[in-house]
This record gives sequence, C-alpha cells and structure tokens, in this order.
Amino acid sequence: MHDTTAYRVTRWALRLIVIGYLSFLVVWPVGLVAAKTFAHGLAPVINALRQPEVIFAFQLTLSAAFWAVVINTIFGVGISLLLVRYTFPGRRALNAMLDVPLSVSPVVVGLALLLVYSGRTGWLGNGLEQAGLQIIYAPPGIIMATAFVSLPLVIREVVPVLTEIGTEQEQAARSLGASGLQTFARITLPAIRWGLLYGVVLSLARSLGEFGAVKIVSGGVAMRTQTATLLVEERYQQFGQANAITAYTAAFLLALIAVLALIIISSLRPGRGNSK
Amino acid sequence: MGTQQLASTPPAGAASTAVGRRPPRGKSATSLTPMSGLGLGIALTWFSLLVLIPLTAVLIQASAGGWSAYWDALTSPQTLAALRLTVGHAVLVTAVNVVMGTTIAWVLVRDQFPGKQLLEVVIDIPFALPTIVAGLVLLSLYGPSSPLGVNWANTRIAVLLAFLFVTLPFIVRTVQPVLLELEQEVEEAAASLGASRLATFRLVILPSLAPAITAGAALSFCRAISEYGSLVLLSGNLPYSTEVASVRILSSVEGDQLTEAAAVASILLVVALVVIITLDLISRRVARYA
Amino acid sequence: MFIRNPMRVRPVAALIAAAAMVLLTGCIGGAATAPGDAGTTTLHLVGYAVPKEANNAIQKKFAETPEGKGVTWQESYGASGDQSRAVVNGLKADYVNFSLEGDVTRLVKAGLVEENWKSGPTKGIVSESAVVIVVQKGNPLGIKDWSDLTKPGVKIVTPNPASSGSARWNILAAYQQVIANGGTDAEATAYLTKFFNNVAALPGSGRDATNAFLQGAANVLISYENEAILARQSGEDFDYILPDATIKIENPGAVLKDANPKAKAYLDFVLSPAGQEEFVKNGFRPFIPSTPVGEVVGANDPAKPFPVPPKLFTINDLGGWDAVNAKFFDEGGLVPEIQKATGRSQ
Repeated sequence: MHDTTAYRVTRWALRLIVIGYLSFLVVWPVGLVAAKTFAHGLAPVINALRQPEVIFAFQLTLSAAFWAVVINTIFGVGISLLLVRYTFPGRRALNAMLDVPLSVSPVVVGLALLLVYSGRTGWLGNGLEQAGLQIIYAPPGIIMATAFVSLPLVIREVVPVLTEIGTEQEQAARSLGASGLQTFARITLPAIRWGLLYGVVLSLARSLGEFGAVKIVSGGVAMRTQTATLLVEERYQQFGQANAITAYTAAFLLALIAVLALIIISSLRPGRGNSK
Repeated sequence: MGTQQLASTPPAGAASTAVGRRPPRGKSATSLTPMSGLGLGIALTWFSLLVLIPLTAVLIQASAGGWSAYWDALTSPQTLAALRLTVGHAVLVTAVNVVMGTTIAWVLVRDQFPGKQLLEVVIDIPFALPTIVAGLVLLSLYGPSSPLGVNWANTRIAVLLAFLFVTLPFIVRTVQPVLLELEQEVEEAAASLGASRLATFRLVILPSLAPAITAGAALSFCRAISEYGSLVLLSGNLPYSTEVASVRILSSVEGDQLTEAAAVASILLVVALVVIITLDLISRRVARYA
Repeated sequence: MFIRNPMRVRPVAALIAAAAMVLLTGCIGGAATAPGDAGTTTLHLVGYAVPKEANNAIQKKFAETPEGKGVTWQESYGASGDQSRAVVNGLKADYVNFSLEGDVTRLVKAGLVEENWKSGPTKGIVSESAVVIVVQKGNPLGIKDWSDLTKPGVKIVTPNPASSGSARWNILAAYQQVIANGGTDAEATAYLTKFFNNVAALPGSGRDATNAFLQGAANVLISYENEAILARQSGEDFDYILPDATIKIENPGAVLKDANPKAKAYLDFVLSPAGQEEFVKNGFRPFIPSTPVGEVVGANDPAKPFPVPPKLFTINDLGGWDAVNAKFFDEGGLVPEIQKATGRSQ
C-alpha cells in the first residue's frame, strides 16, 4: 500500500521538481556569480579587494552591523524579559508592533528615518544637527537604519525560550538571596544562550546585507558612508572590467558571509526536517 | 512550535503565541516593578525613536497636502502603473509560492535522499543574501550574458524572478514545522479506512496546513511588495513597464518630493499592518485549537 | 521542546561566531572615525553623474602640487538635480561640480554658495561638451540626424529631466535644433512630442542612461559627447553621431561658503591648463584657449576629436536658464505637458 508505483513515481517527480526549481532559482545563479568573480583569475580579485574604497566599505558595513546587533541584542533581551515575565497594559499591542520592522519595505524605512532625522528639515534632525550630531548622510544614520530592519530577530528567538523555561529557577535563585543581576547572569542568560546566539547571528546576517534603507539615509559617499552593498551597486554601474570585477568580488564576499552565517545557524539548530 | 526556522513563523506568532498561549511553568507573569517599569520606559523610548515616530512621520507626511494631494499622488499614471505591477506580480508570485513552497516543505519533511540537508541551507539563502547581491545573482543567469541564452533583464519576467527569489523561504518555513508535527497515525488511519493518498492529502493534510500556508502566503506577499534591492540592477526600473512601488518611492525621495514618496509608502505600510494583524489573528486561532 | 542538546551543537560553530565578534570589535576603530589623520585635509566633492573619472584624474595631479599635497577626497556622484538637493538637505560638500547652472543656483538660494560664484573669467563654468546621438555599433538603424529619431522602431533612452542635468541638455538640444534649422516653435514642440513617443526608458542620471543603453534597453542614447567618448575609452563598443545642430553643454563648478580653503585651490587648479587637460583627455571639449589638446582616445577621430558643428547653439540662444526653466521644465512647462500627453513622466 505504501510503495505503489504511482507513489514512487510521484515521489521522484516531486523530488525532481523541487531540486530543479531550487537549482534554477538559487543554486545555479549563485554559482555563476562565484564563477564570474574568478573568471579572469585570482589576481584581479585580489586587486579589487586591495582598493581603499572596498576595504573601507566592508569595514563600515561590519561596524554598522556590529553596533546594530549590539543595540538590538540589549534591547531585544530586555524587551523579551519584559514581555514574558510581566503584564502591563498594551503588552499585546507592543508585541505585534515589534514585528512591524520585518514587514516594512527598506525604502519606506529610509524615508521614515529621513523625515525625522534629516539635518535641515527633519522633525528631530534639525535640533540634533545644531547639537552637532549628524544622523542622515553620516554613519549614525546607517546604524539606525540597520538596527531598524533587524530589530525583531533577536526578540523572536528569545521570547519562546523564556516562555518555555518558566520562572521556577529564577524564583528559586531569588528566594536564595540572589540579586536581580545575579539571577539574570547566572540563571536566565545561560538558559537562553542558544536562542540568543541564534538570533544574534541571524541579526548579523540581515544587518550586513541591508541595502535599500541605507541607500536613502547614507548618501553613498565613498570612503565615508558607502557600505559594501552600496559599493556593489556603484561599481556595477561603472564602465570597465576592473569595476565589474570589483562589483562581483564585493558581491561574492557578501554572499560568502551570508552562507557562512547560514551554516553557523544550521549547526546551532537540532536536527529537523525528518518526519517522525 | 516553529521558532527554529530562519525565515519566519507568523511574526506575531512567535511572540504572541508563546506569550498568549499557555501559562509558563512556575508563576505567571507579574505586574511591573519599579525597576522593570523603568526598563520598559527606556525600551519604549528607544522603540519610539527608532520605529514608531519615523513611521508616523511617513503617515503624517503623506497627508501633508490634504486628501486631494494624497489622491493625486497615488493616482498619477506612473504611480498607478507601478502599484499595479507590484501588487499584480506579488499576487502571482504568492500563488506560485503556495504550490512550490508546500511541495518543497513536503519533500523536505517526508522524503529522504542524500544531500537533502544541503537543500535546507539553499532555501535560506534568499533570506540571508543581501538584496543587491540577489539582483546580481539573478542577472548572471537570466541577464545579458546568460548561459541559457535568454535575456530577461529589463523585462517584467525579471520582476517575477526577483520576487520569486526573495520570497522563496517563507511558505516553506511556515509549513515545515506543521508537517513535522502532523501525526502520521492520522494519515495511516485514513489510509486504512480506504482513502487514497490523494484524498488523504486533500482532506486531512491540507486543511491542517491551511493556517500555516496562509501565514506564509501573507508574509510572502508582504515581502514581495516591499522588495527593492534586487530590482535595481535587474529590472531596469522602466516607467510603466518594470518600475515597482519601492522604486517610485526612491525616485520621489531623490527628487525631494517627500509627500509623493510618503503617499506611496503609506500604502505599503498599511498592507504591512494588515498582514501583521491577519497573522496575529490566525496564530491566535491556531493556538486556540492546537 | 526547545531544549538544545549541547552535545549536538558543534562548539566550533559557536567559537567561530564568537571570534567573528571579536574581530569586528577591532574593525570598529577603523571605520567609526572618519579617515584622515593629522596633516591631511579631507575635501568633499559632490558631483553630477559623469565627471568622476575626469575629477579623479585632476585630483591626482592636484596632489602633486604644493597646494594639493596631503589632500584626500570623499566623493559622491549622481544625477545632478538629486545631488544638488542632497547638498541642500545636508550632504557634506566643499566643492560641487554639477551639470546645470540651476543646480548651483539652488545652493545659492539655500545660502550655501556665494552669490558671486560665477563672476570669474569662465563665469563659473569648468567643463564643456555637446549633445550627441549614440547608436549601436555599425548604426544598424541608419540614424544620421535628429529627424531620424522619430521614425518607428527607434527606441530612445534619455535620462529623467526631473533628476538629471543631462536630460535637460538633451531636451533643449532636441527642441532647438528644429529652430536652428529654420523651424518654428510649433514645429519644435511637435518634434519634441514625437521624440518623447519614442522614449523607451527614463533612467535617473546620465550614467544610468548609458548603462541602460549598454544593457539593451534601447537602441539610441542621447548623451554628453564626453560620456560617449569615455565609455568607448573603457572598451564599450558603439558609435556616436555629432549632429549638425546641437547645443553647447556648459557645466558649472563652485566652492561652498564654509568650505575648506583648499577647495578654492582645487577650483583654480581645475581651471588651469593642467586641470583642463585632464577634462579633455576624458572627452570634454576644451574652452579655455591655453588648454593642451592631444589625441583623444575614444573620439570618432582621435586626431580631430572635437569638430565644431555648423549650427552649435548655446543656452543663451534659448534665452538663458531662467527663461528656459520657466518655458520647459517648471510646473506647466512644455516638458511636463508633453510627458503627460505621451504618458512618459517621472
């Protein structure tokens, strides 16, 4: 009854359809980028990577992503604790609002930040600029835009863990005299560590790849506010083989980092995908 | 439930299902202490500064010229064309994803073959890959120097491809955990009662998957209409032809027409909010009957 | 359910993640502070889409002069109108090089540039060029002049007049050439309407338009002569036609009020023979008598790169920028009306 011919054929057909679909949509195109990057050998790639603009762009991307992830982790863990361990009016609404950043178009994110933090005409930006803090067209804007788009990722990994583990241990620690901080550091944090790490790596991958929002808020000035993704766009649109290779090299590097992050994430996950 | 996937569980699901579903072990949530109240205040301030105030600014800017200006901005022929293209293609792509996503999830869960683990990583690539790189990636296979001999750059097919790429993981990742949990005994029971495999699938499995598929479809739609980066290099952004809503917004921003930009952005925002609310409702319904 | 089996987790993976974090911490110092240590000056250049290569060449030479020693650059290039608006909105700039005088006037109105910026000998202009018609290699459509552009089957790409300076030059050239050839205003308007009917794409900037053409979005590109020459220098293969009647393109450069004093030195250098020579090498037309002109690779005839069209007209022949903007580009002007009529708008 299980393994009729029809069933086996269907199985194979489905398998092939899926593999074919994924090959034509993801595997082959990604492989081609790798091929195009090294089409003229390793030397042009090394040259591309040596350019000061490229080095700066990657440094800026990494540092903006780092700060965004730090901010989101602190905020994420804090808000998760508050959401799970406490009740307060508006908790459900806040819960839902926290998911908004994932559904908003990056261009809308950029516009939103621009309207508020733009130096001359922004709601708050004008005042901030007088005080000497430039957000739009400067690195802080990039960090904010990056933090915006990856905001929910840590929360969504930590909240379920916090819910599952419950408060027994924490309460036990408290009753034994531990302070809030000690409880957090010794009991809560270790319990959520894998979920937290998972969310952090996810956040990092997302932050490194942000493009649309950063394009609006940064101005894309090379050696100052041009991130790696903006560099890819700029170089692709310039003449000459050297620029094309630079674009592909930067793209390849970003893709590599993304895949590495995925591998880390999938190795942090217990096995899944098999039916019981 | 499905918190271990990359792309998503229903967004409200992960948080609100856990929060609202059943009391955690130990004492249930307490009301705020002064310390935690302060923490909440700080967190809310940051969240407002980063998310709430800017998004509100978009809505306010959109209404800056009054209703007539808002309507004019939305119905200008080029904007209408862009919105029509964006929504139309997003719906089409979501339909494709419902079929393909469920199929992929099925194969991942119920099938066994060497290299299946690799597919898991492949499916998540569109989620982790920067969108501008996704554009380059698709351009390599479907653009001017394609080994396939096609050149779909600057066409509407390119828009479809870009949407398909970025929305790939969503339905797969919402359906997979549900499939995993689905008791095979139920299927066995149906089979032993004489139902064909197809009937089992139609009458037993699909209905159980329906909420997950709907959730994934909502996310997929939302993601598609928001897409920008992959289209920059791939679609040519030709007005009336391959220009999507997000590109319209960017052009308006660069041209300092912030009200027009905010008007189109407000549409995308409203859709996003509707999606989130829908998912919240679905996940609560699922939780209630789980 | 969410219990992680510590045994299954590869410690290596977690270690990698941790190491990456530490590495990043080291990178922050490099990027969080603006580059440039003591002894160097950083100048900010905001330019329109096409003069990046020319400016970079001039900057290299400038660095060899005593005033230019130790100067590093942060640059941004894009559609002229968009860039000008960005500077008004806070994009940092010491020196601007736009396509249209109006994009500098916007800065004057915003109080960022002195009112007397064009009182110098070149009236604020730093480079010149002409509008040309770019066609595919071998000219398969047999385009010879403006009138061939309205034929069926011709797909034109020209940038968007709302954002791009190149676009405005192109439109003015397309219009005025009718009049230069003896036509009336009505005939010129009719031509422009037919022209727009054949427009297949309206990218944001002059450079974007070139790329759209190279990617096959259209079979005719209207562009700066210098852009066509530069693209051919970089290995792109196409032909370009200098029409008998075309417009003289004049691009302004200006220093901002609060700019670093070295920016003024750069502007002077740009106008010097050494600076102008680099513009010429990148395909721009010489307009200062002392400019050395050698062979220009990429031009139709490298030995005689800049033939003078018999009916070369200037913006002054059209009445100057104020009149032109009112007639053509502002709300209610010719171009928005034609765009509405033909459905090809921003």
